[in-house]
Amino acid sequence: MSKYSMHLLVCGGTSCHASESDAIVCNLRDELEAKGLMDSVQVILTGCFGFCEKGPIVKVMPDNTIYVKVKPEDAQTIVEEHVIKGRKVTRLLYKDPVSQEPVSDSKNMGFFKKQLRIVLRNCGFINPENIDEYIARDGYQALGKVLTEMTPEEVIKEVKDSGQRGRGGAGFSTGLKWELAHKNQSDEKYVVCNADEGDPGAFMDRSVLEGDPHSVLEAMVICGYSIGAGNGLIYIRAEYPLAIERLKIAINQAREYGLLGNDIFGTGFNFDIKLRYGAGAFVCGEETALIHSMEGLRGEPTVKPPFPAEAGYLNKPTNVNNVETFAAIPAIILKGAKWFASIGTERSKGTKVFALAGKINNVGLIEVPMGTTLREVIFEIGGGIRNGKKFKGIQTGGPSGGCLSEKHLDTPIDFDNLIAAGSIMGSGAMIVLDEDDCMVSMAKFFLEFTVEESCGKCAPCRIGNKRLHELLGQICEGKGSLEDLDRLKNMSLVIKDTALCGLGQTSPNPVLSMMDNYYDEYVAHVTDKKCPAGQCKSLMEYVVNAENCVGCTACARVCPVNAISGERKEVHLIDPSICIKCGACMEKCKFDAIFIR
Amino acid sequence: MSKITSFADLKKKREELKSGLDIRIKAIDPENVVQVKVALATCGIASGAKTVMEFFLEQLERRNVAAVVTQTGCMGYCYAEPTIEVKLPGQDPVVFGFVDLKRADQIIEKYIKTGELVDGIIPVNYQTIDLNV
Repeated sequence: MSKYSMHLLVCGGTSCHASESDAIVCNLRDELEAKGLMDSVQVILTGCFGFCEKGPIVKVMPDNTIYVKVKPEDAQTIVEEHVIKGRKVTRLLYKDPVSQEPVSDSKNMGFFKKQLRIVLRNCGFINPENIDEYIARDGYQALGKVLTEMTPEEVIKEVKDSGQRGRGGAGFSTGLKWELAHKNQSDEKYVVCNADEGDPGAFMDRSVLEGDPHSVLEAMVICGYSIGAGNGLIYIRAEYPLAIERLKIAINQAREYGLLGNDIFGTGFNFDIKLRYGAGAFVCGEETALIHSMEGLRGEPTVKPPFPAEAGYLNKPTNVNNVETFAAIPAIILKGAKWFASIGTERSKGTKVFALAGKINNVGLIEVPMGTTLREVIFEIGGGIRNGKKFKGIQTGGPSGGCLSEKHLDTPIDFDNLIAAGSIMGSGAMIVLDEDDCMVSMAKFFLEFTVEESCGKCAPCRIGNKRLHELLGQICEGKGSLEDLDRLKNMSLVIKDTALCGLGQTSPNPVLSMMDNYYDEYVAHVTDKKCPAGQCKSLMEYVVNAENCVGCTACARVCPVNAISGERKEVHLIDPSICIKCGACMEKCKFDAIFIR
Repeated sequence: MSKITSFADLKKKREELKSGLDIRIKAIDPENVVQVKVALATCGIASGAKTVMEFFLEQLERRNVAAVVTQTGCMGYCYAEPTIEVKLPGQDPVVFGFVDLKRADQIIEKYIKTGELVDGIIPVNYQTIDLNV
C-alpha cells in the first residue's frame, strides 16, 4: 500500500491557481525535501474545493484539517508545525462566521454541506443502465409503499403537505395538480412527464434522465396510482439521444421485473410507460402545446381552461409534471412530507437543481436547498467568475427569466423572491455574465431565441417579439434613441399582458429586467453611442496608439480588408470607414499599440 | 429476469443486492475489488469519457488488477470532465477530474496499485440523502 502517511491537498481550481497555489505546492515540496519527509508526506494538487472565497485552500489528510487563505510563505509553518510537530496552525484555520472559533475538522464546516442532493441522489452514483443498482439504493420502495399501504388520497395528501411546487418553472403545487386530475372522473387518464427541456444553458432534466431514469419512472407509476391513470407518456426531445436510450433500457428492465405492466406487486394495479419524441420546439415545454404535439398536431398552445387535468391528452384528464418534480417524489414518499417541508423557505420547499453555465469557473450541476443565496451558488459552489473578472449579472430562468445584478446576490433563491426581484425560477438554468457582457446584446440574444421559437399563433408574440428584437438590434448598431428605450419598455409590457401562452408572456422578461438593472448601459448605447462592455461592434473603433506603434507592419499585413496604412517604421493608421472590426490586428500586434475606443 | 411479484419480494431483492449476495450479477465480492465508476453522461462522453472507460477496462485486466469498471451518470462536475470515481477496498471513494489517458494511467499505476494519490482529485462538496428510514 501507499508509503505515504500524510497527504497535503492543495486546491488547484482556477481561482486558487490565480492566487499562487502552484507556488504553495512548490514551497511545500521544498520544505518537505529539506526536512527529509518527501517519502512519507505527499503533496497533491486537486480540483476546486468550491471554497474560493477563502482560497487558496490546503487540506491535510487524514485529519481533515483545512487551512484557508494560505500564502506560499506559510508552507514552512505548515510543515514545521503540523507535519512535524502535529500541532494545527491556528491562524490559518477557517473561523466559524458566527462564533469566530477556529474550525479544525472540515467535517464540521457548514460550507461543505451547502449542497443537498435529493433529486440527484443517484446521479453519478449508480449505473443508470442497471435496475438492480437502483433497487439497492431503495429504488421502487416508495412505489411498494404506495401500492400496498396507502390510498390514492393519502398519497396526494402527502405530496400536497410536502409543499413541493412544479420544477418546470411555474411553481404550481404538485399535490394540488394531482388532486385536480384525481377528482376528474374518466375511463382513461394519463400521466405525462415533461422532458422537453429547451432553454439555453439548461441540462438538469437531461442529467437526471441520463443518470437516474428509474426515479422518474417510479414517480410516474406513483402518480398514475394517485390520479387513477393506467398510462404514462414521457415527452422527450429527440436531441437527447442518450437520455432516450437510457430511458428505453430502464423501461424494459422495469417491465421485466414487473414494476411496469399489469398487476404490479400483485396489487392488481396496471401501469405502463411509453416515450413520445419532440422535435425540439421550445414552446412544446408549455403543457397544452406539449399535449397537442403528442397528439400529432402542431405544437401550439391553447387557452386554459380547460386545464389538462380536465381535458388533456386525447381530451382525457392528464397530469403533466416536469422530470425534476417527478424525481423527488420517491424521496417525499419514503422520508415523508414533514421532512421535505423542513427543507427550504416558507413558501418554496425542498431543493432545486441548477445548471451553472456562462462565465463561471465550475460549470456544472448543483442541487441546493431553496433559500440558498445567489452569492453562495456563484462564489462558493460555482467557484466564482472565470479569469478573475468582475461579476455583472446572472440570468435565471432562461429566456423567460430575468437578469439579476449585484444587488440581488444576497437574495435567498425561491420562487417568490426571484419573481419579486424581476426574474423567475424557471427550470433552473443559471447563466453567469461578467463585465465583458453587454446587456443590450444579451437581451437581443434571448429575444433572438424567442423569436425563433415562437409558434406564431398569437400576434403579440409573433410580431411584438420580432419588433423588440429589431429595436435591440438598432440600439446595438448605434441607431437607437432615448425614445426607443421607452418604446422598448412599453412594447414589452404589452406583450406580457396580451400574449397567449407562457412563452410570449415571459419573453420580454430579459429586456425588462436588464433595462431595470442596467439602464445606464442602455442609455450609453443610445446617447453616447458607446458600448461600455466593448461588445457591440458598430460602436467600437480600433485605434493605433502612436506611442507604442513601431511601424512593424504586422497589423497591415494581417488586415483582411486593407484598412491599415502606414510606411515601414512609421506610425500606422486604421481607416474606420473600411475597418470591419474583426480584431485581427489587435491580436497580431506585439506592442499593445492597438486598442478599442 | 424473474418478476418481482410483491412488495415483500422487492424488499428481499433489495437486501440481497445491498449485501452483494446476488450471485447472478456479481460473481465477485465488490468490497474486495477496486471499483471504478466513469461518469458517462452527455458531457462526459463529449469530453472523451468513453475512451477513458475502455482504457480502464482493458488496462486493468492487462495489468492484473481485480476491478469492476462501471458507468454512471453526471456527477455534476461538468467543468472537470471526464470524471471518474475510484473506490479502493475498505476506503472512501475518491473522485478524479480531467482524466485523460495519461492521468488514467497514473491513477492505475499509483492510486490503484499503491494507494498513492495523484493530482486532480475533486473534493466532495455536497451531502446526499439516505432514503432508507
